[in-house]
Amino acid sequence: MPDQKAALTLPKTPTGIEGFDAVTYGGVPAGRPSLICGAAGCGKTLFASTFLVNGATRFGEPGVFMSFEERAEDLAANVASLGYDLDGLVADGKLAIDHVRVERSEIEETGEYDLEGLFIRLGFAVDSVGAKRVVLDTIETLFSGFTDPSLLRAELRRLFGWIKDRGLTAVITGERGDGQLTRQGLEEYVSDCVVLLDNRVEDQITTRRLRVVKYRGSAHGTNEYPFLIDDKGISVLPVTSTDLDYAVSTGVISSGIDGLDAMLAPGGFYRGSSILVSGEPGTGKTMLTASVIDAACRRGERCMAFVFEESGAQICRNARSIGLDLGRHVESGLLRFEAARPSLFGLEMHLARMHRDLEAFRPDVVVIDPISALRGPSSELQATLLRMIDLIKCRGITAVFTSLRTDGSIGQGDDLGVSSLMDAWIKLLNVEANGERTRTLYVIKARGMSHSNQIREFLMSSEGVRLVDAYIGPAGVLTGTARLVQEANEKAAAQLHAHETERRVRDVARRRSAIERQIEELRASLEAAEDEEDLLRTEDRLRAAHLEDERRELIARRSAAE
Amino acid sequence: MSETTSQGGEPETDPDGDPGRYHLRLYVAGQTAKSLAAMTNLKRFCETHLSGRYDIEVIDLLKNPQLAAGDQILAIPTLVRRLPSPLKRIIGDLSNTEKVLVGLDIRSRAEQP
Repeated sequence: MPDQKAALTLPKTPTGIEGFDAVTYGGVPAGRPSLICGAAGCGKTLFASTFLVNGATRFGEPGVFMSFEERAEDLAANVASLGYDLDGLVADGKLAIDHVRVERSEIEETGEYDLEGLFIRLGFAVDSVGAKRVVLDTIETLFSGFTDPSLLRAELRRLFGWIKDRGLTAVITGERGDGQLTRQGLEEYVSDCVVLLDNRVEDQITTRRLRVVKYRGSAHGTNEYPFLIDDKGISVLPVTSTDLDYAVSTGVISSGIDGLDAMLAPGGFYRGSSILVSGEPGTGKTMLTASVIDAACRRGERCMAFVFEESGAQICRNARSIGLDLGRHVESGLLRFEAARPSLFGLEMHLARMHRDLEAFRPDVVVIDPISALRGPSSELQATLLRMIDLIKCRGITAVFTSLRTDGSIGQGDDLGVSSLMDAWIKLLNVEANGERTRTLYVIKARGMSHSNQIREFLMSSEGVRLVDAYIGPAGVLTGTARLVQEANEKAAAQLHAHETERRVRDVARRRSAIERQIEELRASLEAAEDEEDLLRTEDRLRAAHLEDERRELIARRSAAE
Repeated sequence: MSETTSQGGEPETDPDGDPGRYHLRLYVAGQTAKSLAAMTNLKRFCETHLSGRYDIEVIDLLKNPQLAAGDQILAIPTLVRRLPSPLKRIIGDLSNTEKVLVGLDIRSRAEQP
């Protein structure tokens, strides 16, 4: 987009239309006429009314609505749908409405004339409310009432000059003509600012688009911007930043599922990252997102869910089955569901709505469920999703997208992937074995963090979502009852093994005690032998001593006898 | 001939009036050449064709701009035939007498030469 400094040179009047003032860096040129052109039914009158009503209510600039088509009461009724109270503004003296009826059959031309009456009426209306803003809707109707186009052109030129001289900021509407922007070539006269509104139908889906064709003396966004009209008025989706210069966060948020957090090294996802949850129908994508929502709201963060397949109330009800009370968060205002069928609007319109809702609600976490429901030409889908992700990322919002496609592509039959746009990708897979299906979960990728490469079994119960380690062993990867059977088998085998070991331990112990007993016996024998040996030695010694005594006695006796 | 320069606010139609009577109102904006020409043409023409059964009200929108919206005035000068109904608007300086006669239904289109 062009540099914003250029915008400062030209005074501008804000229209108060969200997005349009951003595209034009401030609004329409102040004190000059601007042309809003487009085919029938593309929102010219509503655009012009919004310009006036916002001027009167928000910018303190009264206005005059000069209608060449609708009567004042019809006009008031038509814009009441946008919440504008024209009658109230008229009563407050902030708005003047003048219906100029041009009826060819009632007018007979009999010579020279000019349109001074129009000037007088406009001048009178402007003076009566002190108007700063003027709308002429649709001034080309004059060409059907008067026969002299050259005179009309001269008078229109004079009128626009008069508007400039009075310093009025005017919005002039014009019907789209063949080969030119308006039927009567009004763009020749109102050349300061020309805005083209368009209402295109593609595949039976209508998308409103707005383009600033020309803005003399000012930079402006040159693209076609989608805009929408609903009960909140007009809003234009300004150009999304295509620069990859988001502020990144290292903060981590929990997914609300302990097992999943445990699979990611920091214990959760990075704040502001985009997370894709892909899986076939019935794999639990929405309930996974419900957990994320619940966790965010419990932390007191604001959460917004764009759902394309179910109503918010239905998701709340379904989440209750896994023990999550989302209705509580809706009531507390932390959670908002925006449910719409994908076919209700074109892609651009979805983006525009999303942009407006993000601006209004300012959520911390966004859920889009599912992106695969969005339909359109594949090239446009890719671009839309890219802008959607940019839209969310540049606001630092953590986003969870779900997709029905397990291979990460968008539509059926094309191979454009969104997975490369995502920071993290969780894949939910139904594993069929032994006549049952089991939900499993992988973390395919998680940028900037190490993560488990293992499969987990994904269990949903009334206590919430729980992840269980799948059985990985020599018999392969087993889940569900097969995992339970295998685990039981292993348990039995382990028990058997324990019994066997115990038996052998007992056996060895027995043998050892036998040996010990033998040792005891031998030691006893040894002791007996030693005792005997001592005894023998003592006897021997005693006998020797006795013999000595006897001999000595004999000698003594023999000596006495002699 | 009677000429009233109305300041506005007078009753616009007179249901009890003579059905053949013409109530005409001429809107001008100041004394421009076109306005003066229209006034002159109108007087001459009324004297010729509606002598004695018409009245003309001239409204200067520069003095009474609030009256422009009521009769849906865009072009100046505009002659409005308020009576007999239906309401007719004739714009221009009334220099084309034939068209004025047709416009005021004084002479039907079939009678035109």
